[in-house]
Amino acid sequence: MSDSRAQILGAVRSALGRTEPRAAADRATLDRQLAAHPRNLIPARADLPPAERLDLFQHYAEKAASTVERVADMAAVPQAVADYLRRENLPAKLVMAPDPSLDAAPWDSQPLLERRRGKPAPEDQVGLSSMFAAVAETGSLIALSGPDHPSTLNFLPETHIVVLPAARVTGSYEDVWDKLRAQQTDATLPRTVNMITGPSLSGDIEQTLQHGAHGPRRLHILLVGDGSA
Amino acid sequence: MYQPTSSSFRENSRTALADTNLRQAMERGGATFQGKRRLAIDALPEFDRLRDRGRAIKDHVLDHLDYYLETFERNATAAGGQVHWARDAEEARQHVLKICRSVNARTVNKGKTMIAEEIDLNDFLEQHDIAPVETDLGEYIIQLRHERPSHIIAPAVHLTKDQVADTFRATHDHLDPRRPLDEPSSLVAEARAVLRRKYFEAEVGITGANFLVAETGSSIIVTNEGNGDLSQLLPRVHIVLASLEKVVPTLEDASTLLRLLARSATGQEMSVYTTFSTGPRRPGDLDGPEQYHVILLDNGRTSMLGTEFQEMLRCIRCGACMNHCPVYKAVGGHSYGWVYVGPMGAVLTPQFVGIDEAGHLPDASTFCGRCESVCPMHIPLPKLMRKWREQAFAEGRVAGRFRAGLAIWAFFARRPALYQAVTGLQMRLLGALGRRRGRFRRLPMAKGWTTYRDLPAPQGRTFQQQWAARGGAR
Repeated sequence: MSDSRAQILGAVRSALGRTEPRAAADRATLDRQLAAHPRNLIPARADLPPAERLDLFQHYAEKAASTVERVADMAAVPQAVADYLRRENLPAKLVMAPDPSLDAAPWDSQPLLERRRGKPAPEDQVGLSSMFAAVAETGSLIALSGPDHPSTLNFLPETHIVVLPAARVTGSYEDVWDKLRAQQTDATLPRTVNMITGPSLSGDIEQTLQHGAHGPRRLHILLVGDGSA
Repeated sequence: MYQPTSSSFRENSRTALADTNLRQAMERGGATFQGKRRLAIDALPEFDRLRDRGRAIKDHVLDHLDYYLETFERNATAAGGQVHWARDAEEARQHVLKICRSVNARTVNKGKTMIAEEIDLNDFLEQHDIAPVETDLGEYIIQLRHERPSHIIAPAVHLTKDQVADTFRATHDHLDPRRPLDEPSSLVAEARAVLRRKYFEAEVGITGANFLVAETGSSIIVTNEGNGDLSQLLPRVHIVLASLEKVVPTLEDASTLLRLLARSATGQEMSVYTTFSTGPRRPGDLDGPEQYHVILLDNGRTSMLGTEFQEMLRCIRCGACMNHCPVYKAVGGHSYGWVYVGPMGAVLTPQFVGIDEAGHLPDASTFCGRCESVCPMHIPLPKLMRKWREQAFAEGRVAGRFRAGLAIWAFFARRPALYQAVTGLQMRLLGALGRRRGRFRRLPMAKGWTTYRDLPAPQGRTFQQQWAARGGAR
């Protein structure tokens, strides 16, 4: 239906009183702005030294009903995961992202913790993954899809445990875009970029807030280290 | 086509005002939204400056809409997506049908999308033997009840939890009829379990788009439940329904608008899930759709460009205007008779269904101005409603007795001395008549007021007389 395309664009141009084709200089200016992707106003609240930024992240993550637990290093992660599952009366069984950075944890130290790597199945109750980044401004997590990170892990299991190295906590969304652009080899984004701020929520029954509408009921963040290393 | 009932706005409102369930539901919902928005905005000192910036972004896009649409198309295509252009609702529906048929779809999962309402997609799919399943909890409830959304972000805000429980009991008849459904949590859990099975059955998932990003060719959805994500990740095909004005230049611009959206809508710092979707799954990906389609819908929007209604195209569909509207709160969304409700609906609906059908909607405003004051995009909603009123008047669509009334008022208003003499006489008369009781139960020509409440009796002198008597000072 290229006909419709031409008609719609034609209608846009005539409504705006534009000549066609657009002047090359005009287009070049717009191209330059797009390529420069300048930052707009960014709230000052997250412009903090690293340690306070982590506190701010924790504050807003908890405000959005995530739970945050600080652990010293990756070595402490398996124990923390096992303890959390016990505390919440959940089975010691999880599906985890096939993410090499998670392998740094000594999982063998928890022989009773049953682990499977890959994407979640409908019956999986607990999922575990890492995150590309996190944003202190609103306590949000940033997940990228990829061979190491099935996006359904963020949504299917009722409990989502996130292993988040403190160094990945940035101030603003804009910091995340810069980090992402620096690592992408092509101009585009991964198929799915999820910003996640708390466990699944619905207000559709009389505007009362209910967690676990479709996605996880619990979002537990293990914040690893103090970001100094 | 979604047959509008906007021309029955008066009858619809009368019915709504007598509906005790609706009263109860709206009382609960309305107060929640306003208070939460206030708290979120007070917590962000930059909010007003972000609003100015957001307006500038949208104005810039609208002034260069052809460029940003072409750029979005190019980048979405480069990422492996397919972009389809639709001039009107029928063309959009045909695009959807063609895509569904290409994968022999029997079931389609839907994340919440107002564009699907605008093109009346569910009825159309059912007519073609494709079952649409609404997965947003509110949308699911009203689909079961064969109703329409009464709010653009809280589609079931008009219902009480008891009504939802009744609906679930009537529909989920495979479950124990004696199960307790008194608490919202048990209703949410039941819907979760029922819908969870359906996610895996659909061949196609349809979502809307809060924004399209030209720079990356991405679509963005903003949700709290996660249903829009499961709807697009599990089926083989993801279709995005988006209207033209959703495009923004860059990720930075999207970030600015995201900071305004959730705070204005639900008072959250950020909605739970903000998802950027770009093309289909990549080689090596473990999940995600194999096909990604974006349908770009005009449906009359280009005819708003370059007119005074262009400002309405800045709307980011947060719902703040309706959450703060005394008329909306009293009569509910269904009274408006079409997809878009409240103040934004009063401006948009005449554009879509014609001023003949929707002429009452721009009249359904006290012009208190709260809608404009809370609009994150600075849309002058009262001014735009007034434009529709002016147009209706100029085209002779205003009834004879209103025209006569306005003519009489104008006659006096242009003659201040006469105006003061006549109103002075009126006030003296009414003051004398009402002195004993202090109020009127009935008054000729004021039935619209006195049917529902007493009219306080004037004190005997006009404001201007009292002002003059005090020497023009307090």
